[in-house]
Amino acid sequence: MSVLVLAEHDNAELSPGLLNTIAAATQLENDVHVLVAGHNCRPVAEAAAKCAGVTKVRISDDPRYEHPLAEPLAALLVSVAGEYGHILVAASKFGKNVLPRAAALLDVAAISDISAVESADTFVRPIYAGNALATVQSGDTPKCISVRTTAFEEVAAEGGSASIEELPPAEDPAMSSFVSQDLTVTDRPDLSSARVIISGGRGMQSGENFKLLEGIADTLHAAIGASRAAVDSGYVSNDYQVGQTGKIVAPDLYIAVGISGAIQHLAGMKDSKVIVAINKDEEAPIFQVADYGIVGDLFKVIPELEAALRD
Amino acid sequence: MKVLVPIKRVIDANVKVRVKADQSGVETANVKMAMNPFCEIAIEEAIRLREAGHASEVIAVSVGETSSQETIRAALAMGADRGILVQSDAPLEPLSIAKLLKAVVEREQPGLVILGKQSIDSDNNQTGQMLAALLGWPQGAFASKLAIGDGKIDVTREIDGGLETLSLKMPAVITTDLRLNEPRYASLPNIMKAKKKPLDAMTPTDLGVDVSPRIKVLQVTEPPRRSAGVMVQSAKELVDKLRSEAKVI
Ligand SMILES: Cc1cc2nc3c(=O)[nH]c(=O)nc-3n(C[C@H](O)[C@H](O)[C@H](O)COP(=O)(O)OP(=O)(O)OC[C@H]3O[C@@H](n4cnc5c(N)ncnc54)[C@H](O)[C@@H]3O)c2cc1C
Ligand SMILES: Nc1ncnc2c1ncn2[C@@H]1O[C@H](COP(=O)(O)O)[C@@H](O)[C@H]1O
Repeated sequence: MSVLVLAEHDNAELSPGLLNTIAAATQLENDVHVLVAGHNCRPVAEAAAKCAGVTKVRISDDPRYEHPLAEPLAALLVSVAGEYGHILVAASKFGKNVLPRAAALLDVAAISDISAVESADTFVRPIYAGNALATVQSGDTPKCISVRTTAFEEVAAEGGSASIEELPPAEDPAMSSFVSQDLTVTDRPDLSSARVIISGGRGMQSGENFKLLEGIADTLHAAIGASRAAVDSGYVSNDYQVGQTGKIVAPDLYIAVGISGAIQHLAGMKDSKVIVAINKDEEAPIFQVADYGIVGDLFKVIPELEAALRD
Repeated sequence: MKVLVPIKRVIDANVKVRVKADQSGVETANVKMAMNPFCEIAIEEAIRLREAGHASEVIAVSVGETSSQETIRAALAMGADRGILVQSDAPLEPLSIAKLLKAVVEREQPGLVILGKQSIDSDNNQTGQMLAALLGWPQGAFASKLAIGDGKIDVTREIDGGLETLSLKMPAVITTDLRLNEPRYASLPNIMKAKKKPLDAMTPTDLGVDVSPRIKVLQVTEPPRRSAGVMVQSAKELVDKLRSEAKVI
């Protein structure tokens, strides 16, 4: 049976995690369909049709899908679920919101955040903040799965030529409506797919001080992240949080500044290729996972680092 | 309006968990247990709704072993009015938990169910969304702010790009994110009072729910460990190493 991948997008662009989710899908089956539900979202469907490995794109273009509300989207998934052996989505807030709802309507289990595909029915997923890996086998059809995108190498965004088919909208449960959104506007790369990330913690002491990280972020084309403590203290907004209950990242280079390295933070970044820690406390647990550490006052080290990078 | 709050007993967030040698799971013997932190936030929010006059009663429900009574007592000590234990010795999957909770909802008829967004042990992030589906109710997942209106609730949600506000028809299911509130500590007098609050017990059979598992856990293993690297003395040395040794910049 084919695999269906639910795409996340803003009616204009695909979220980058789709490419990694397609990669996981191609490990299951050769026939990979992408579902694009939105409003005035044709460009998104066209972009999805170009992704390597995709055989068909199904587009459901209707005002009820303008905002990604869980209730109508889950109903749409249910309307096509019978055709598929697996339904996949990136384990983003979007995916985690919609997928379990669809699974319950289908009376099947959902499998969250898989980091490896062992076979068509067996998957690996981190539990306990990544301190253990569970290998799980599911007997349900379809298998509803959210994918830890950092664990799968993305497929090419170009080169494919899938067909695009219209899918009629499903019944609208009409029990929720969109009111407003308040999104962080930035020119920096997306945290979940950035090659370099520099994150600040409680040691930054204020939101104002986060500006100190911007020079380095500019030079390295880095995304800026944060620990929960920095978010809770109001230094930066919630979308910056890296960790077990925030975003999972795995860049080539992760620079942790004034972050102690609690288990919950490590859960979100310990799969980074190279980790750098800057902390004034040489006992900070972050140094146990760092490839390179500097013990020192960040307010002294950060300007020096910025200067050294410019050299 | 009643508010139902499902809470889970988990290994305390500060414990460093160990995988069992036989790879059947993680070590739970003699390990400190606690209420799942997101559930504490859910209890706190429900109590605040009662204090603000929106809710008449806060009911804490937990599915688990008899020891989950302790977790329910902790919720009662925070200020929940009454508890329900659904006894199950085997750990259940989110779909089964959601079915049990649906049966409890049908008995109690709450106007709102507030769950945590995620169990910090199994890291599922599923139960609330599944319960909402089974009830045919709308869902406000990852909430950082609630505002109750006339027959509806506005929920501000933490999403990947920032914040989003939805309006849901009531009754509804909410799951909590970290910024919704800061849970209170139970005072000593309230801990004493909690011992006298009603706590009912029932079983999945009493509720008529089939909880047979859909997923088999084949093994639980330890992830590859990262080892500590080297300390460098200066920013300049760091940049040299990142360029010539690690080759990441
Ligand atoms: C349910 C739950 C979920 C959680 N989810 C997450 C999550 O997703 N992500 C997350 O990050 N956390 C999460 N946490 C919180 C986590 O447990 C830690 O509390 C948090 O990560 C600590 O943030 P921090 O390292 O910035 O702060 P702290 O632990 O306070 O560390 C600050 C560090 O800064 C250093 N420092 C201070 N001043 C300076 C200076 N001038 N120069 C250099 N160094 C300095 C200090 O030495 C210290 O090591 C969660 C906790 C719970 C209970
Ligand atoms: N055994 C349980 N008993 C009661 N509530 C639970 C149980 N398991 C999960 N929940 C609720 O569902 C939320 C999300 O859990 P999960 O879907 O397992 O990540 C938790 O924060 C609880 O509110």
